[in-house]
Amino acid sequence: MRVRGLNWLFLGGIVASFVLQLMPLPAVLLPFKPYWLALVLIYWMIELPEKVPLGLCFALGIVADLVGGEVLGEQAMRLCILCFIVLRFRSRLRFFPMWQQTLAVFALLLNDRIVYLMVHAIAGDPPPDLDFWFAPVAGMLAWPWLFLLLDDLRARLRAGDT
Amino acid sequence: MAIPANNTAPLFGEGASSTLRLVVYLVIAVALMIADRRGDWLERFRAAAGTFIEPIYRLAAAPSELARDARVALADRRVLTEQNAELSRQLLLAQTRLRRVEAVQEQNQRLQELLSVQKTLGLSVQLAKVIDVDFGPYRRNTIMLDLGSDNGIKIGQPVIDARGLLGQIVEVRPRSCTVLLISDKSHAVPVRIERTGLRTIVRGNGTLDTLDLPNIPISADIKPGDKLVTSGLGGRFPADFPVGVVRSVGNDSTGMFAAAKATPDATLDRSAEVLVLHELANPVGPPAQAEEFGPPAALAGSDEPAPPATTPPAPVEDPAKQGEP
Repeated sequence: MRVRGLNWLFLGGIVASFVLQLMPLPAVLLPFKPYWLALVLIYWMIELPEKVPLGLCFALGIVADLVGGEVLGEQAMRLCILCFIVLRFRSRLRFFPMWQQTLAVFALLLNDRIVYLMVHAIAGDPPPDLDFWFAPVAGMLAWPWLFLLLDDLRARLRAGDT
Repeated sequence: MAIPANNTAPLFGEGASSTLRLVVYLVIAVALMIADRRGDWLERFRAAAGTFIEPIYRLAAAPSELARDARVALADRRVLTEQNAELSRQLLLAQTRLRRVEAVQEQNQRLQELLSVQKTLGLSVQLAKVIDVDFGPYRRNTIMLDLGSDNGIKIGQPVIDARGLLGQIVEVRPRSCTVLLISDKSHAVPVRIERTGLRTIVRGNGTLDTLDLPNIPISADIKPGDKLVTSGLGGRFPADFPVGVVRSVGNDSTGMFAAAKATPDATLDRSAEVLVLHELANPVGPPAQAEEFGPPAALAGSDEPAPPATTPPAPVEDPAKQGEP
């Protein structure tokens, strides 16, 4: 019963992150759209790494590419790199205080942005504007709230069972 | 509890095996990216998957639609009254304008019949609503419309709004389609400068308020304020639709050509409703020979005879044929 509820929370979080990613926003807010999918995946990797193997990150990246309509394989690559780094340093990330964790998430998102930039630079696209770099900041600000929300939901699931 | 599973995991990752897996996935990702940049089969794959992905788009667009509906539902009485007054005034104005346009259209029709130059351009169009817009830093400049193959939409149809050319349809799903805007970096439109007739090409540069006109001969007569209309060459867009207005003219980086910037006529960032043209442009190649050319016989009778109009083309063509045996 508990596992079933947890699975629903996991699946629901990922579907919600896809929807948030695609939601049309006013042009002013668009550069501040955090990389929701990455944030949700980071949470699950820190808390329950056995639920998020590297292969799942890759598969979700492919789906995100299909949904988002950019170069196929690009988000798969970004998520794989992200996932790998988080799984490597998971034991440390897990026991960081919140502010340190938030900074770590910022670094991860920044690294992700740089990978994104590299992929497009190699493909020959021109460099982006300054607002390209706003998204990691927005992601960093969103992280504590997302973490608390998912933690709370998970705690409620556990409490409901016992 | 999930703790037992964690206890078995070593403190510093699993080492070589996970690194190997990362490398394998990265190689696959890179291969996919290269194939996608080069290939066309992945495009088709994406079009097929688009059918399943469409509900997610609808779901994602729902909150903003809900907000729009809520704003209408919750507007208070005073605002509605003001809006009503404003709208009825605008309606009056619009009707007056419409009358004038009708008169002009009638006059136009008479003149065109008189000259019998061309059949009047009978446009068959379909009204479409914009259901999704997303302009990221690297995303293609596209919008999504609520018409699809169920409504008879086909790839390549031009899309216009009230002011000018907007783009063309590049992807069709059963209930929606994607329009590539003229401002996209991969989009180019053959145009004509209305004042001088100079033919050139307008390219998008990824920003919504600027179009590029690269490689114009330095001697060409082009200046800010010139209007650009589609030339109809290339067989994709019908002729004489407004595209934009030249904003500035300068030299390009090599100094060999002039390069101009233009402002698009269509409101690329604001249109909520657009028109999809059903009549595609003429296919590439010369049109069929016109049967009658010149004023009707009743009018032409008193003046000079018409024959000279048909004879000149022949001597022009002959030397050209002899020139390339």
